Amino acid sequence: MAKLIAKSPGAGLLPVRVGSLSLTEEAHDAITCVAPFQGQEKPVSAALKDAIGAALPGVGRVTGKAGARVAWLGLGQVLVLGPPVAPPGAAVTDQSDGWACLTLEGPGSRAVLARLTPLDLRENLFKRGHAARSLLGHMTCLFLRTGVERYEMLVFRSMAATAVHELTHAMQSVAAQRSGA
Amino acid sequence: MRLSQGGLIDRAKPLRFSFDGKGYQGFAGDTLASALLANDVRLVGRSFKYHRPRGILTADSNEPNALMTIRRAVDEPNVRATTQELYEGLEARSQNAWPALGFDLLGMNDLLAPFLGAGFYYKTFMWPKSFWERVYEPFIRRAAGLGALSKAPDRGRYDKAFAHCDLLVIGGGPAGLMAALVAGRAGADVILADEDTRLGGRLLAEREEIDGGPALDWVEEATAELRALPNVRLMTRTTVTGAYDGGTYGALERVSQHLASPAGHAPIETFWRIVARRAILAAGAHERPIAFPNNDRPGVMLASAVRAYVNRWGVAPGKRVAVFGQGADAERTARDLRAAGVELAEVITDRVTGTNGRLGLEEILVPDGDGARGINCDCLAVAGGWNPAVHLTCHMGARPVWRDDLAAFVPAEGAVPGLTPAGACAGAFSTAACLSGGARVAGAILEDLGLSAPKPDLPEAEDGGYTITPIWHVEGKGRAWLDFQNDVTVKDVKQSATEGFRSVEHMKRYTTQGMATDQGKNSNVAALAVLADATGRTIPETGTTTFRPPYTPINIAALGAGALDKGFAPERHLTSHAASVARGAPMIEAGLWYRPSYFPAPGEQTWREACDREVTMVRQAVGVADVSTLGKIDIQGPDAGKFLDFVYTNTFSTLKEGRVRYGLMLREDGHVMDDGTTARLGAQQYLMTTTTAAAGQVMAHLDWVRQALMPGADVQIASVTEHWAQFAVAGPKAGAVLASVLDDWAPGDWPFMSCGAVSVSGVAGRLFRISFSGEQGYEIAVPARFGESLFRLLVAQAEALGGGPYGMEALNVLRIEKGFITHAEIHGRVTAFDIGMGRMVSAKKDCVGKTMSERPGLSGPEREQMVGLKPAGSVKQLTGGAHLFEAGARATAANSQGYVTSVGFSPTLGCFLGQGFLRNGRARHGETVRMVDHVRGVEAMCEVCDPVFYDPEGGRMRG
Repeated sequence: MAKLIAKSPGAGLLPVRVGSLSLTEEAHDAITCVAPFQGQEKPVSAALKDAIGAALPGVGRVTGKAGARVAWLGLGQVLVLGPPVAPPGAAVTDQSDGWACLTLEGPGSRAVLARLTPLDLRENLFKRGHAARSLLGHMTCLFLRTGVERYEMLVFRSMAATAVHELTHAMQSVAAQRSGA
Repeated sequence: MRLSQGGLIDRAKPLRFSFDGKGYQGFAGDTLASALLANDVRLVGRSFKYHRPRGILTADSNEPNALMTIRRAVDEPNVRATTQELYEGLEARSQNAWPALGFDLLGMNDLLAPFLGAGFYYKTFMWPKSFWERVYEPFIRRAAGLGALSKAPDRGRYDKAFAHCDLLVIGGGPAGLMAALVAGRAGADVILADEDTRLGGRLLAEREEIDGGPALDWVEEATAELRALPNVRLMTRTTVTGAYDGGTYGALERVSQHLASPAGHAPIETFWRIVARRAILAAGAHERPIAFPNNDRPGVMLASAVRAYVNRWGVAPGKRVAVFGQGADAERTARDLRAAGVELAEVITDRVTGTNGRLGLEEILVPDGDGARGINCDCLAVAGGWNPAVHLTCHMGARPVWRDDLAAFVPAEGAVPGLTPAGACAGAFSTAACLSGGARVAGAILEDLGLSAPKPDLPEAEDGGYTITPIWHVEGKGRAWLDFQNDVTVKDVKQSATEGFRSVEHMKRYTTQGMATDQGKNSNVAALAVLADATGRTIPETGTTTFRPPYTPINIAALGAGALDKGFAPERHLTSHAASVARGAPMIEAGLWYRPSYFPAPGEQTWREACDREVTMVRQAVGVADVSTLGKIDIQGPDAGKFLDFVYTNTFSTLKEGRVRYGLMLREDGHVMDDGTTARLGAQQYLMTTTTAAAGQVMAHLDWVRQALMPGADVQIASVTEHWAQFAVAGPKAGAVLASVLDDWAPGDWPFMSCGAVSVSGVAGRLFRISFSGEQGYEIAVPARFGESLFRLLVAQAEALGGGPYGMEALNVLRIEKGFITHAEIHGRVTAFDIGMGRMVSAKKDCVGKTMSERPGLSGPEREQMVGLKPAGSVKQLTGGAHLFEAGARATAANSQGYVTSVGFSPTLGCFLGQGFLRNGRARHGETVRMVDHVRGVEAMCEVCDPVFYDPEGGRMRG
């Protein structure tokens, strides 16, 4: 029998490099949305800690490290970026294929994002381990700070081409201004 | 004329440029204006209305006369020569002159001036009315006006960007620099924005000392210190254009217009939105001209501008310069001219009563006994006092406050929340007062922000007092100009008052004073003074007009940055996108989604041929369609069933696991919001399907219900629309196609409206036995990474069975044949009763919208009810949007009985079919009505039918 062929959201679109800025696709083992039921936050957090070493984060925060992160997503919801999990006491939905995960890295990455999101990404305000929901251009996006000059952005899979287009445009602008005048 | 030395220009870097086709040379550091003056070009433009010869008046962004068109990729009109930096090869053209600047035929307007005064248009061009648009307006537009757009589309790059800071300092003169130093040293995040190319403000243009050395040295030191602070961001060439709510400021950065060859992808301009916890306005002040007869001759300049050209650019604006004004400004101007070796004709403190000269100043007239005496000069420096730049403080509705001692308006306290003026814009005119004011205001703000700042050592600087007895205008023979850019004279303002337009707002509109692109920066206060005098009131009694954003003009392209072409809206692509495009399918937009319209086969000429074929294919064999755009919402929790019972009109808590049910959802006002199927995947897990159009709306609605209407319910919802690629496989051979791709699967195990997990060639997927076509139908879902692969596989297998892919057009015809609805029917004004689903609103329970749907008038025979329509006369076409009338009635709005919502040609039944709404329609099946489409000019007689045309028993769907 035929085997289905898998394609990532960024297939054919990434990576993009402009000057010293790069935009690459992030491949997580799985993306799992975990929403604890009423009063279940503590056991769910403990179960996650047991399973992948990262507890439930607070609002606007990320726990864990590369390969096993838990990122705040919204009211009572987190995304587990790492191994598949199914903690009891929570609504668990597999969203592994629902998100295009893009990493922007390099000097000037904050200036790139300043062209696309109204978020205040100042060094001391949006630190490593922070997460925020906002707009990337016209698209809703989950922003994660994953390094000094490194940001991961999760947008709808169907909008991957537009996200790459917008980010590339902004990267070109910033690179030109940094090299020019 | 260029002075032999001095100025902040780089004499080692000569730059060639042209003006009106003639070549000149300037230096790096020049503006276009300073370079023109260095080349003795005094005549730079013609005035707006009278085509009077005009010269450079100022040295900054409030220039009213020296507006030029600069050659760029797309020519840019109305560029102020005073702010345009010179670059190698710059090409500038004068505006509003024909055939040439020195000989302008429309200069005859000036001879007609007695007839062309304020209110002239209103009085003259009233009759005949038909001439207004066809004759008068084109004529006036041709005669009056400034630069013209090239009308070529601007494909240049513009950016929009956001910035955030603790303190935004607007203006980099002594007050702004000092404020930024104090705040920067204390560790605050500071943005210092200045519209000039370098920091320093007036200090760049004056001969002054700070701390015993040249003021410029202090500016350099301060700039270097600020540049070294990581928490301070210097934004030069950036004009803060507006103050808005919540500490938000608009600012325009000129990125590339000063460069001969801009960096590849750099934008032309960037429009910034700066969000600041606090702001300091250190915008300085504008010197004002004096209205005396013929004060607009090229060569008449502001004294501050004369000093700027001499000191900053090493240019003598004339060979023999006279000064008109009082006090420190006149003295300072005379001193600087002498120091630069420019011949000083005379300092006039009393009155200048006229000027002479052809295309430029040659002589000024001053009183001499009973008569007048001429003074030869080619430049007159006019010092009329200073107006604080209060503009930004007025952007949120505040009015400035008059100060008699300054004879000027200053900002009202608390005019813009979070913004504090400092320095000259707050009425502190000396350098020492600016430095201390900037430091003081910054200190107070830091304290407010919880940051401690050591008391700064204030540099020593000039602290001369400012006294003024204002001269607003000088009586005499000839017109005295107030607003140079819009050609408004003292006489015009007086006439306005005489004719009853005594309110300042009326005067502004009657005379057009202050309505040009400089917003009257040079003329407002003087015009007010003249109006006050003419109406016997004081200036504060007379009041001011309103300053609105932007402070200086902004290219619309900068405001619209990023929205060009693909930037306009995101595109949502299906996983099958590339495969559909490769088959030649035209993609149509459904919201942000792109969906295949139809899949043309070889030889097909029209979309109808493809659509008919695809419909027949589904009815007789099998079709495959990507339906991933439908919203998919996962609902889990102990109260999931209760939650669904409340949001749907019908009951879902009783639905068995592994089964699917059709549901209807109402808005709170009782009208239909959406419909779709919901599957029960487990004891506490449901999967709701929404329409493509309402996916976002339904998700928001569910969130609202969960958080606000049922806060106690233990239920969680999550959109999984993007995770699953889902395909409809429909037709009598659908089972065969599925059997070929599913592991261990037999159609017999999957009755109508069943659902469950399946293995799709080894991949965990979901299968739903549902149908939107009326045929045996399935929807098969796999994680999106496998979407494209599965689509190609399903299509290939279907093709082997005489089937293939089908698009939106065929999908639409199939559902019309079957009487299914879309948002064309549930368009927001219809109730469950209207679409024949009144009985789906369960009587046994409450649901969102139920009570409101029971209001009188939302059901009954007066309602327009959903019906099917079939052509019944000689015209066989039906059209969407047409209205329905009784067979014999006139087709007027009053007689309308309903309308057509959806139509399509049914190859199955061989005729057009329609859906529509008709008053009391369900009781009128069999009746003939008249369909009239006034827009397309189509009229047809129709038979009113049951909406289900095809297989009303549903045997094919269930079988």
